[in-house]
Amino acid sequence: MKYVLMFVETEEFAERFRTMSPAERGQAFARVDRWLAEYADKIGNGAKLASPETATTVRLDGAEPIITDGPFVEGKEIVSGFLEIEVADLDEALRMVRDWPGCPIVEIRPPEAMER
Amino acid sequence: MTDPSDVRTAVADAHRRGWALALAATARVARDLDLAEECVQEAYAAALVSWVRDGIPKTPVAWLTTIAKRRAMDAVRREQVFRSKLPLLVESEAMEPEEFAPEEFAANEMAGEPAPHQPAAGEPAAGEPALGEPGDDVVPDERLRLIFLCCHPALAQDAQMALTLRLVCGVSTRDIARTFLLSEPTMAARMTRAKKKITAARIPYRVPGAAELPDRLSAVLGVIHLLFTTGHTAPSGAALVRSDLVDQALHLARMLRELMPDEREVWGLLALLLVTDARRATRVDTQGRLLRLEEQDRSRWDRAAIAEAHDLIVDGLRGGRPGRYVLQAAIASLYAEAPAYEQTDWPQILTLYDELLRIWPSPVVALNRTVAMARVHGPMRALAEVEELERAGQLAGYHYLPAVKADLLRRLGRTNDAALAYRQALELAQNDAERDFLAARLAERLAGPDHP
Repeated sequence: MKYVLMFVETEEFAERFRTMSPAERGQAFARVDRWLAEYADKIGNGAKLASPETATTVRLDGAEPIITDGPFVEGKEIVSGFLEIEVADLDEALRMVRDWPGCPIVEIRPPEAMER
Repeated sequence: MTDPSDVRTAVADAHRRGWALALAATARVARDLDLAEECVQEAYAAALVSWVRDGIPKTPVAWLTTIAKRRAMDAVRREQVFRSKLPLLVESEAMEPEEFAPEEFAANEMAGEPAPHQPAAGEPAAGEPALGEPGDDVVPDERLRLIFLCCHPALAQDAQMALTLRLVCGVSTRDIARTFLLSEPTMAARMTRAKKKITAARIPYRVPGAAELPDRLSAVLGVIHLLFTTGHTAPSGAALVRSDLVDQALHLARMLRELMPDEREVWGLLALLLVTDARRATRVDTQGRLLRLEEQDRSRWDRAAIAEAHDLIVDGLRGGRPGRYVLQAAIASLYAEAPAYEQTDWPQILTLYDELLRIWPSPVVALNRTVAMARVHGPMRALAEVEELERAGQLAGYHYLPAVKADLLRRLGRTNDAALAYRQALELAQNDAERDFLAARLAERLAGPDHP
């Protein structure tokens, strides 16, 4: 069963990360690397996204497409990356996510089943 | 011919005792909750006709389970192509190959339906609650999986309660909607959404492993407790108690104790419900007015329930640090076992509250603790703690806080402050019986002289 993990950062998390010493930051990255290595056989495609200032949003629900600078929701919580995982069921996905050492929020969602 | 009223009684009894078992066993075959529900419903309907004609079977629950499973297998076979596209509800390794053996379908197929009262050959009394006996299953009990499925933390809590009532207790969607004061379509939509999530997000149909068990079990206990408290003091509406919910919660707690006989917190929950419910008859007077614990007629409390709870608590307090339900039950039991309110063992209750607050630092527990504290150390010191909780703000909107505060102020002779606090509590309370109680206390304050 495939799931997509969406990683969400908060302002507090970003702030804490900014104020870390280089050594602390190195440890934080190492923890994430260990997690990725531990579940390597279950992890598929994915990416860490660049900062939200790099985002461009296109709205197609008006008469004309409207192009704006920034992410689609102006909020304190920002999607910062995603990963596809292949596990048996939601409980296994939950076990993996429980150990996630990075950002403070993770959404787990299955891709829609292909019916055709 | 059997007397139709005897049959109705037997079917009602089998519904209470056997619904969860029949549904859990059928869900495994159907691999789909809606289909399983439909098949079990049909089996009960078939029983009403068949048992009048052929007599009540010796093992009614096994009979119902057999019929429901057979219908599910028929449907699965008919819709194989369609169903193969759906994610499986059950992991394939848990499926027993013989479940789909053709012999399974052969018996009684010709007779049309319903089957005779003996389970067909090749279909042992699969549904009979033969606990402790080796059944057709390696897992502890099908019902346990069903309970853990319904109370999965990935489902919203109101959906957990509704699914548990529907799937484990067999309460109709209409009755569940009425219980939660919602329209039937709203409740039906909510349950459909939850079932869709179970399938689409693949919430597994299994008892969690040892590592997850403590968390998951506490979620299950939480749902049962919430059903009980929702019934015990209905959050809104005219009646104080919704006895149907209270009874279902007790039924679930007993079922869980039978299924998980070694879990002390399960004993604790059952004891807590028993001892709390033992006072059901005396909580309101003949006019439906709420009575304080000290005003209740202790001779009408259910002594058998209190004694049963006592034994569970004694066992639960043995062997290691007790959990929150054992402690809560022990506190409730001390209140219930005192021969008179004045003779309550307050110091012991305060000790138990200290322990409870340590393992479960909830502001509600802290507030309840102040009631015992007022008895041991006087209302002045208790009031200071209540005011501290008020300042912390976590209990804003919780009407018991101003109610407790009002009572303490009254005992300190601060009549005007007490009246103000009763008024605050009154503004926050939703249940009519509780509102009447608070309004009466307020009227006493306004009437002037202090009342003991």
